[in-house]
Amino acid sequence: MLKTFPKGGIHPPENKLTADRPIVILPVPSQVTVPVSQHIGAPAVPVVEKGAAVKAGQLIAQAKGFVSTNIHSPVSGKVNKIDTVVDTTGYKQTAVVIDAEGDEWVETIDRSAALVKEITLSREQIIERCQQCGLVGMGGATFPTHIKLTVPAGKKCDMLIINGVECEPYLTSDHRLMLEKGAEVLTGVSIIMKALGVENAVIGIEANKPDAISQLTELAKDFKGITVQPLKVKYPQGGEKQLIKACTGREVPSGGLPVDVGVVVQNVGTSFAVYEAVQKNKPLFERVVTVTGKSVKNPGNFMVRVGTPVTALIEAAGGMPDDTGKVVNGGPMMGKALAITDVPVTKGTSGIIMFPADASKRAEVMPCIRCGKCSSACAMGLEPWLISVLGQKAMYEKAEQEKITDCMECGACAYTCPAKRPLLDYIRLGKATVIRMARERVTK
Amino acid sequence: MSSTVLLTIAMLSALGLLAAIILYFVAQKFRVVEDPRIDTVTEALPGANCGGCGYTGCRAFAETLVKSTSFEGLNCPVGGAETMGKVAVILDRQPVAVEPKVAVVRCNGTPDNATRTSYYDGAVSCRVAHSLYGGQTGCQYGCLGCGDCVAACKFDAMYMDPVTQLPVILDEKCVACGACVKACPRSIIELRKRNKKDRKIYVSCVNRDKGGPARKACKVACIGCGKCMKVCPYEAITMENNLAFIDSFKCRLCRKCEPECPTGAILEIGFPVKEAKPAEPADAAVN
Amino acid sequence: MSNILNVSPSPHQQSAETTRKLMLGVVIALAPALAASVWYFGLGAIIVTLVSVVSCVAVEYLIQKFILKTKPSVSDGSAIVTGLLLAFNVPSNLPVHIIIIGAIVSIGVAKMTFGGLGNNPFNPALVGRVFLLISFPVQMTSWPVPSGFNTGYTDAVTGATPLAIMSEGIKNGEAVSALMEKIPSHMQLFYGYMGGSMGEIAAVALILGGLYMIWRKIITWHIPVTILLTVAVFTGILWAVDPTKYADPLFHLLTGGIMLGAIFMATDYVTSPMTAMGMIIYGIGIGVITVLIRTWGAYPEGVSFAILIMNSFVPLLNMYIKPKRFGKEVKHG
Repeated sequence: MLKTFPKGGIHPPENKLTADRPIVILPVPSQVTVPVSQHIGAPAVPVVEKGAAVKAGQLIAQAKGFVSTNIHSPVSGKVNKIDTVVDTTGYKQTAVVIDAEGDEWVETIDRSAALVKEITLSREQIIERCQQCGLVGMGGATFPTHIKLTVPAGKKCDMLIINGVECEPYLTSDHRLMLEKGAEVLTGVSIIMKALGVENAVIGIEANKPDAISQLTELAKDFKGITVQPLKVKYPQGGEKQLIKACTGREVPSGGLPVDVGVVVQNVGTSFAVYEAVQKNKPLFERVVTVTGKSVKNPGNFMVRVGTPVTALIEAAGGMPDDTGKVVNGGPMMGKALAITDVPVTKGTSGIIMFPADASKRAEVMPCIRCGKCSSACAMGLEPWLISVLGQKAMYEKAEQEKITDCMECGACAYTCPAKRPLLDYIRLGKATVIRMARERVTK
Repeated sequence: MSSTVLLTIAMLSALGLLAAIILYFVAQKFRVVEDPRIDTVTEALPGANCGGCGYTGCRAFAETLVKSTSFEGLNCPVGGAETMGKVAVILDRQPVAVEPKVAVVRCNGTPDNATRTSYYDGAVSCRVAHSLYGGQTGCQYGCLGCGDCVAACKFDAMYMDPVTQLPVILDEKCVACGACVKACPRSIIELRKRNKKDRKIYVSCVNRDKGGPARKACKVACIGCGKCMKVCPYEAITMENNLAFIDSFKCRLCRKCEPECPTGAILEIGFPVKEAKPAEPADAAVN
Repeated sequence: MSNILNVSPSPHQQSAETTRKLMLGVVIALAPALAASVWYFGLGAIIVTLVSVVSCVAVEYLIQKFILKTKPSVSDGSAIVTGLLLAFNVPSNLPVHIIIIGAIVSIGVAKMTFGGLGNNPFNPALVGRVFLLISFPVQMTSWPVPSGFNTGYTDAVTGATPLAIMSEGIKNGEAVSALMEKIPSHMQLFYGYMGGSMGEIAAVALILGGLYMIWRKIITWHIPVTILLTVAVFTGILWAVDPTKYADPLFHLLTGGIMLGAIFMATDYVTSPMTAMGMIIYGIGIGVITVLIRTWGAYPEGVSFAILIMNSFVPLLNMYIKPKRFGKEVKHG
């Protein structure tokens, strides 16, 4: 029986062009640029200097403060420099540039491919290992995993939900991971269950991945407490609040966190990274990235080292098509458009989509016809036509009353709008200011 | 006259009288005692309610003026010295001389000078573009060209030049209210001292990158070499974060710095042309 | 990589639906009703429709280009829809100059003075229609009888509408059952064999159009169903109380402009509420006011006034009726 979230949602074309392309390991590039901020929170501080010799998996930047995490070298070689480079946002940040030599990994990492099912670490050790290995949420949010796995005092957690939904069109990296590394993913889920102290885990997978659903359902028989829940294909099913609602019926309160309703959500890719960190002692320095697009010659899913230039990924996919007008880092609904492609892959890069020119420009903006389709599409029960205008006209108090902070910036409203109004652009602006104002009120 | 008409007149008059009496007593009961000078000062102010003084409208400014004891820090840029003089007479106080100012756009990143490396296709708003990414050029500090400043100007003193993609300020209309300064998310516009004949000398750049990347992004960027600072006889030029800044209140318009600048980042406006220069910036020598 | 890339905030895809396509969908939905009116009223129907559409488009174009000095936006199709709906609200023998005045009021006064598309509080076609009704009462209430396709225009044979026959008759004290003899049967009313304005006669054509619009996701069921249900229930109660004084609900649903109003006029995006609950309250209000005017008011038909009255409540409905928010409010201590 297919479950779903009750309100809102849209059905953009799925375009899963790479769903049946197995993961290809991209060769180590000659030079990597590793940004020190690939996560939510304070950027890490470099602990290596120019000229230092490093191995893959070696710590090169240390977490700073509570909400932060470590960065590890993805290659073996010599540190070329520590410099400010343009990252995928177009602004500059500090990065460690390493010239790669060979592919030697830190000795403590278990490089064998054999499945290790037995979990020997204790609950506290698991969380510590996640922190040491620099694990972050791989769905794109990049929230430090060790913080998410630490249930705050006074809150209880009774269920783990694994996000295998991948509701964004085009992206298939989680899909392939579930198909090819299913057992490892489920072991990772068990490890997370132990870290949280829960007995039940549900893996939500959208119905457009029937092979992954049957594969994991079959494998889950050997794991205690894990069930697979097929979900109706509807964007944004992968939003954690919508996922929790669909799988359990619980609604995360406005301004609250999933743990307020006793749930923690983790991405499938994060589960795999947890497996590798806890069972193989491997820090997070590579991930699967989908490179795709209607005109792309060789679209596929690539296992790529963090810090690899996006240009190398594009080359591996057959080069940038001549008619490319837009390159997006992430999915088409929530990803970020790149101004230049000479930027590095980070822990949060789930996909690179190259759009042909006729799909790259926004349509002409027309007046709002007050059709209300944006409000029907909003999965959070908001009124995008209203909060967008409030953000544009800087009416922040009213915007806060209209719950602009509940917006998860999924883009369903702007996708739906027949007048092609840039609704989300102004909602984001209003939201950022309202959050800042609310924070200032608290600190006063 | 028929009795109906008489009755109607009497009824309406009685109602009117009743309303007048009620209104009078209510007005007396809820009267707000105010310094009567607030009204006179408000009348002397321009009434534009532009916020250039820093207060929410002319009446709020009038209240502050009446309550304070001196004119320190209180100035109406729209009305200028003439209005402040009138207010000084009403309040029987000494006016404080304030230097008139004008808004200046400190960026010369035209498409010729700063090559476009991407096209911005989002909502036409500088705030949105600024929060999205560095911009259409290699310079992440420069003007985004969406016109938030032009929209903020209440005095019709600005327009966006479609060729240079930079905002243009009409000096004769600018009242230095500061609305455009606040609207720009990158603080590119500055209120500088207004000189006679609207002459200006300023560094038309806010790029804080080192010289190499700055120059690579824009031909007329300030590369932070410091040559201008060395020749200034009045110590009006300071250098911070690879960017030179000419203090408009110390500058005496001697024009020694302008030829020193290797990239042409320093612009001199309103002066007679000296001699032909090889790399003429886009809007120099406007007479 | 020498491509210069486009950069914009997300989302990077937009749906294929546009304002123009929505308007075109409404025009397609009106096609059966247009065909029916041409079938029943002949050349007059064609002339009135053409004049109305052309005038509305022309008025919008001229105002935008020469008075407002902005880029004309007639290509979005909204003026065409207004022109069609205005035509459907008037008799097929209406003289050309009156239609043009109606277009000037609809587009010029009811739409452009408020700021153009998206900013008008009242339904433009209805404002035009009501203005014409009050200014030209004779021409606006002389209804051609359906006589098959003919080439008459302003000289068409006219007669009273079923609704007028009913309301006049009831006021004169005649029994409803006697009056029903003078009126075509329900089946004939359903297919449009009755006098009336061009668009309101053929219920079957209008319902077809409405179903098309719901399938195409141009409108939702809330407004039309609520209006028709309310009218049916209210008139049903009255009819149950005294069948000699009040006509049956099916009669009320099939006569007058209630079908046209419920399916095409009240569902206008700009002037209707944005939330489902708001739409339901709006629909109930229109239904109630329509029946009140039909039964106790001076005019035999009340849909136009009912919709315009409820239009004025829409901002209030939008302000106070909010969609159900996801997640309860968390009170931070």
